[in-house]
Amino acid sequence: MTPWMRGAVLAAPLLALAMPALAADEPKLDAGNTAWMLVATALVLMMTLPGLALFYAGMVRKKTVLATMMQSIFVAALIAVTWMVAGYSIAFGNGGLYFGDFSKVMLSGINWNGPFILGAGLGGESEVATTIPETVFVMFQMTFAIITAALIFGAVADRMKFSAVCLFIVPWSLLIYSPIAHAVWHPSGLIWAWGALDFAGGTVVHINAGVAGLVACLVLGKRVGYGTDNMSPHNLGLAMIGAALLWVGWFGFNAGSALAADGRAGMAMLVTMIAAAAGTLTWVFVEWATKGKPSALGAISGAVAGLVAITPASGWVFPGAALVIGGSGGIICFWASTALKKMLGYDDSLDAFGVHGVGGIVGALLTGVFAYGMLYKTDDAEAALAYSGLLYGNPDMLWIQLKSVLVTVAYSAVGTYILLKIVDAMVGLRVSEDEEREGLDVTQHGERLG
Amino acid sequence: MKLVMAIIKPFKLDEVRDALTPLGIQGLTVTEVKGFGRQKGQTEIYRGAEYQVSFLPKLKIEVAVAAELADAVVEAIAAAARTGKIGDGKIFVLDLDRALRIRTGETDGSAL
Repeated sequence: MTPWMRGAVLAAPLLALAMPALAADEPKLDAGNTAWMLVATALVLMMTLPGLALFYAGMVRKKTVLATMMQSIFVAALIAVTWMVAGYSIAFGNGGLYFGDFSKVMLSGINWNGPFILGAGLGGESEVATTIPETVFVMFQMTFAIITAALIFGAVADRMKFSAVCLFIVPWSLLIYSPIAHAVWHPSGLIWAWGALDFAGGTVVHINAGVAGLVACLVLGKRVGYGTDNMSPHNLGLAMIGAALLWVGWFGFNAGSALAADGRAGMAMLVTMIAAAAGTLTWVFVEWATKGKPSALGAISGAVAGLVAITPASGWVFPGAALVIGGSGGIICFWASTALKKMLGYDDSLDAFGVHGVGGIVGALLTGVFAYGMLYKTDDAEAALAYSGLLYGNPDMLWIQLKSVLVTVAYSAVGTYILLKIVDAMVGLRVSEDEEREGLDVTQHGERLG
Repeated sequence: MKLVMAIIKPFKLDEVRDALTPLGIQGLTVTEVKGFGRQKGQTEIYRGAEYQVSFLPKLKIEVAVAAELADAVVEAIAAAARTGKIGDGKIFVLDLDRALRIRTGETDGSAL
């Protein structure tokens, strides 16, 4: 028996205590769970506002700080309304393999005063009972839709028209984000049916946003002066604050994805912290060894890379695995953002793909190695096997995870490309060269940062 | 009258000020500037992207003094701002035609 497994056996009775409430015939709202999910939701929104806004804005040049922040705050507002109108229904309506339905358009008929059942009406095993109201579930998931959309624009910083940002992101959220969320997180979804594991959004959020960012920066092309002009970050202090808010907010993101205040949420929080720390250490040490200096930007990049990598695995793995997953995230994302980007020559300005896309893939695959199903099926070792990875006797899981990664990459890439081409034909994606040199702040928004 | 203009390392400002006070200097103007001299630039690296930064931050001090005080001021600044390492800066002395204190209307020597 490995030390990790001993830990699980010790934890199992604690988890089992929570089970009767869930298994009872008439599930009720649970005050503790609901309270935690309200807080977790606020934490995830804090990742975008102001976390991502500061993280990204600190890394751009002074002339596009406000435009970059608008790509977080305005997009947040836009996606909130999009989610309310149809995004939620497409993602979490019952529907089919790829797409929900329109039964909850305008959030009609959501159960505000009773426990939410995901997939209600599907019957039997397919229904996932929670003890939180649907309003909180809608809100929690909305904050995921928001950050996924906002992440993309790091790849095209400094050069995308604001009108194009708006025209692109609404259909992207409805036609790319919501269907992938449905396929992965809804019991009637395709990737759910395969048995793929994505606890908090490795495929849905990070691979999806990272790949969309990569496609967008390829379609838009490089920034004017890329490779010759000095494009150093104007204020890494802001980026540092933003990354720290992301780090803290991530506890809501990952531990909140348990949808309850239970042992699994606690484990998710613990492994999130360990992976973030491991990513910070590996990125900085590798950078120190290969580039000569341990940088502050490297530290925050490594933290985010570790956090991205643990996202699909949190809730499925133990602390030892988190050390490996976060550490691998730091090293591989460092390589992707420095060497791979240079080798292939694309201008992913703030490394949306290099950190989120690549880190998401690393995390999804390693979940297929380290997942320990008894964190979920706490009392049934046989049933738990179907939720375990390579290391715990289920080598098929690695293949399932790889399939889920490939489908997400392909769907996101093709869909993003088509939407960008349509928006390009409508209003043009990119500002003129003169406007780009002048900066998006003054040309798109009529403002200047001091 | 002379205008003494000195380009110094930013962290030497307080020492320079302390060196000038005993000479009876009543005021000076400080500006943050960038420039290059024999001290070449530095390399900055952001996620693997390397930038040669050829203009380094310095401070420019301007002091208007009576002509006979100029040499003492130059020596005081030079002594206080020197580290002996490359990049210590330079001092220039210019002729000054007129001076006027805006509040009182005093001119030239009494305006300094």
